[in-house]
Amino acid sequence: MQIPAEQIANLERLAPEIVLCFFGIVIMVLDPFTSAARKRIFAWLGFAGMILALSAVWLAAHDPGLAYSGLIRVDTFSIFVHLIIFGAGALVILGSIQYLDEEGIQRGEYYALVLFAAAGMGILAGANELVTAFIGLEMSSISSYILAGFRKSAVKSTEASLKYFILGSFATAFFLYGIAMVYGATGTTRIDLVQSALKEMAHPPALVILGLGLMFVGLGFKVVVAPFQIYAPDVYEGAPTPVTALLASAPKAATFALMLRIFYVSFGSGSNIWFWIVWGSAILTMCIGNFAALVQSNVKRMLAYSSIAHAGYILVAFAASTYIGVAAVLFYLAAYALMKVGAFLVVAHLGQQGEKRLEIQDYAGLGNKQPVLAVCFSLFLLSLLGLPATGGFLGKFFAFQAALDSKIVWLVVIAAINSVVGAYYYLRVIVAMYFWEPSKEYLPTRVAPALTVALVIAAAGTLYLGLLPARVLFLARTAADSLALH
Amino acid sequence: METQPHLLSVITFLPLLGVPALLLLRSDDHAWIRRVALAVSLAEFAISLWLLPGFVTANPGYQFEELYNWIGTSIHYHLGVDGISLFLVILTTFLTPLSILASWESIRENVKGFFIALLIIESALIGVFVSLDLFLFFVFWELTLIPMYFLIGIWGHDRRIYAAVKFILYTMFGSILMLVAILWLYNLTGTFDLPEIQAKLQSGIVSLPGVTELLLFGAFFLAFAIKVPLFPLHTWLPDAHTEAPTAGSVILAGVMLKLGTYGILRFCLPLFPDASHRMAPLIGVLAIIGIVYGALVATVQHDLKRLVAYTSVSHLGFVVLGLFAFNTVSIQGAIYQMLNHGVSTGALFLAVGMLYDRRHTHEIKEYGGLATPMPVLMAFFLFVCLSSLALPLLNGFVGEFLILIGVFEQHHTWGAWAASGAVLSAIYLLWAYQRVAFGEVTVEKNRTLPDASKRERIILGSLAVVILFMGVASPLFTRRMEPTTDGVLKHIEQRMQRPQLADTPAHLGSSTKQISVLPAAQAASPNDITEQRMPR
Repeated sequence: MQIPAEQIANLERLAPEIVLCFFGIVIMVLDPFTSAARKRIFAWLGFAGMILALSAVWLAAHDPGLAYSGLIRVDTFSIFVHLIIFGAGALVILGSIQYLDEEGIQRGEYYALVLFAAAGMGILAGANELVTAFIGLEMSSISSYILAGFRKSAVKSTEASLKYFILGSFATAFFLYGIAMVYGATGTTRIDLVQSALKEMAHPPALVILGLGLMFVGLGFKVVVAPFQIYAPDVYEGAPTPVTALLASAPKAATFALMLRIFYVSFGSGSNIWFWIVWGSAILTMCIGNFAALVQSNVKRMLAYSSIAHAGYILVAFAASTYIGVAAVLFYLAAYALMKVGAFLVVAHLGQQGEKRLEIQDYAGLGNKQPVLAVCFSLFLLSLLGLPATGGFLGKFFAFQAALDSKIVWLVVIAAINSVVGAYYYLRVIVAMYFWEPSKEYLPTRVAPALTVALVIAAAGTLYLGLLPARVLFLARTAADSLALH
Repeated sequence: METQPHLLSVITFLPLLGVPALLLLRSDDHAWIRRVALAVSLAEFAISLWLLPGFVTANPGYQFEELYNWIGTSIHYHLGVDGISLFLVILTTFLTPLSILASWESIRENVKGFFIALLIIESALIGVFVSLDLFLFFVFWELTLIPMYFLIGIWGHDRRIYAAVKFILYTMFGSILMLVAILWLYNLTGTFDLPEIQAKLQSGIVSLPGVTELLLFGAFFLAFAIKVPLFPLHTWLPDAHTEAPTAGSVILAGVMLKLGTYGILRFCLPLFPDASHRMAPLIGVLAIIGIVYGALVATVQHDLKRLVAYTSVSHLGFVVLGLFAFNTVSIQGAIYQMLNHGVSTGALFLAVGMLYDRRHTHEIKEYGGLATPMPVLMAFFLFVCLSSLALPLLNGFVGEFLILIGVFEQHHTWGAWAASGAVLSAIYLLWAYQRVAFGEVTVEKNRTLPDASKRERIILGSLAVVILFMGVASPLFTRRMEPTTDGVLKHIEQRMQRPQLADTPAHLGSSTKQISVLPAAQAASPNDITEQRMPR
């Protein structure tokens, strides 16, 4: 029997997600048959799945186009976001092994859930149709709800899971409701067809605007922008730290990708419909994130607030409403994923068993005791702060540039001042690490080789994006252009 | 000259190359860590002197230029020196080995980290002085902060953490707005390249509306004014200086403060001449307040290091005043005073550091009558004080005198007020010296203090030679600065004579290709600069 070429192309274009689901299912099937001592094998299976998925992205990249009658779209844009998601996923898997061992929760399903979540995010990034996007959103969300509560014995983890689940369900419902309204007004749920439907109308009908607003609520919740950020610090703090690393990086990239597609492509013709929403949300997000982070004494929670602040900076680039802005968002997401995963993995390691060393005074004197780890952590923090020669700086730089290019001057000024506020709390951790006397009772634990690899990759990537960003920037610009081809 | 095409890159990155060399050494091998650091910085100094024979005095433009694409086509790796930056680079390379020598024995903890930080700072500082691309400039500008932050925070005195955080937050606040201004300037001109921006603004291809220019000027000036520091933005300085280790203070006062005045001269005046003129009265007044206020506050200090710190506020007030008097003489004086202040105040901090090494206190009343137990050290100290208070034949006199002449020509009142600062400086320095050196030995411990060691004599001796040399041979320096300062002034005046240009946007974007003001070295290199698209 001859398989039609179209089917093959479909499979190719969905290959990354298929690979991930396949590995996820294999892990789930093998898990019951494996003795507790050998569960680590699943980490490597999961890691292999991620790497294979990355290669599948490469495969898909060779044959861009629509798949499954326009439900999925493979273009440079989705490729770029896929790389961020799977890269972050792979780093998180590497960084989880030692942590799960220490906590005594080394289980197969952890890795399976990470893979499923990544598959969901992959669908989000490539979705060309709103209901497909919803499926991707649910797939990644439900997996993350479970992951957030993976440290069952800890009350905080369970609380995080429940909170995430309840509020997350609300948010996805909002998103679904928004889809329904857009469908009602335009008669289609395909992102590109919504665009052409809207173009035919003189004014976007109220229903569409309402739908857009509801979708912003749903997606805004997932990328953690104000005023939908309330849950995030608790969830990020309660979730097992490697899971936090994942939650803070990959879903943000995937959901921002979907937001870009919906806002720029579907509603691109009337960009001023959403400009002020994004503008206001950006200011609110940056200020809340930064000022709340100022007063945190728990480093993990501080980083949670900092990721809210960073969503705000991304919104600054988003508000630019130009394709330069899209490129800036993409570059920022890549830099952000590297530094944030790196930072959280360091926190995960230093937390030690039971996550009991998360307060800032627990970091005292780290520069003396574990100089290499301290240098790594400082690099991530300085990059989050936006110091030149790091990826974080160029992310901000391009974001500000894009926004200024669109003449959104005051937003940039507010963002700039915010980033100085941010400097205070990032530097405080560095102060603790280098300037404070080391605490006597702290006994450093060995950094496992897998974690070392993850940290080295994250650190090298952060520096690479800071010093030689040309290639990634070019890719981001091509990706932004491919978004315009819709 | 063309014979050393990568001289500036070598000078900029050589100290950085010393870092891996230091990393390879065992961290308890203090002797070799010091020797390697000293060797690197001495080699650096020697290489930087190589700039002098190749420097063409008559050329007002940038020399030793290097230009490569870095990020995309808009951000370049563009280096060059002119009469303004040449000596600042040499000042940096001169003070670094001295600070390394000064830290020879006083730094005992984490020695490796200390010298690594010093070398990184040196690289970053030189990078600021030689970069001609605004992006590159900003990168180096920010990179100077982090090692200094660690220098103060790790090896500083009692309130070091407070001082370090205050220092870095203050300066970051200023620089982040400068970043916004840099981006804005890019959007207006389509390039980050300083000579190109300058050419576009001067030829009127791009003209800035009055308000825009004022805002841009404000953003740049704020960053520089914090760094200088100009009254009332100086409050970070006494803390940072007092708490920093000796080497940190030397670099901070000697070079880092010059980043501010250098920035004003390099960016604010040539790029935004109208706004500079408009703001000059205000800035002049602030500078004078700084001169007098800094001097008065210095007079009443009982902490020797804090006293020296406040002299910086006063002396740099002179520099800013000289710059904003818009007069060839005063601007030359200002540049000369930057160098003088670097040498003299660096020397003051070194001398104070030597006292601290002996007694571990900065309190003036803990000293007294020191001329008896240590005549040599006190003789040097006196010499340095005299240079700082501008005694004729020593370096400080030349700079201050030039500034005062130039300022008098423009504003008599400014000149009169500023001259009072010169009198006050004699009061606070000599009074402090008298309390430290003359009279009976009041504290018993001081009777047995050792006099200057050989290492200390080398440090102070070389500074004394430079101080004297700069005092008598100033034309050797000013001659090289003159064409550049003239160039800066000339187009400020040109812009002032045709202010109507600002209102004729017809020129805007008419042609971006006619910029041929760029020096030859640059015209030969990548072609895409001039063909850059204007962002909408």
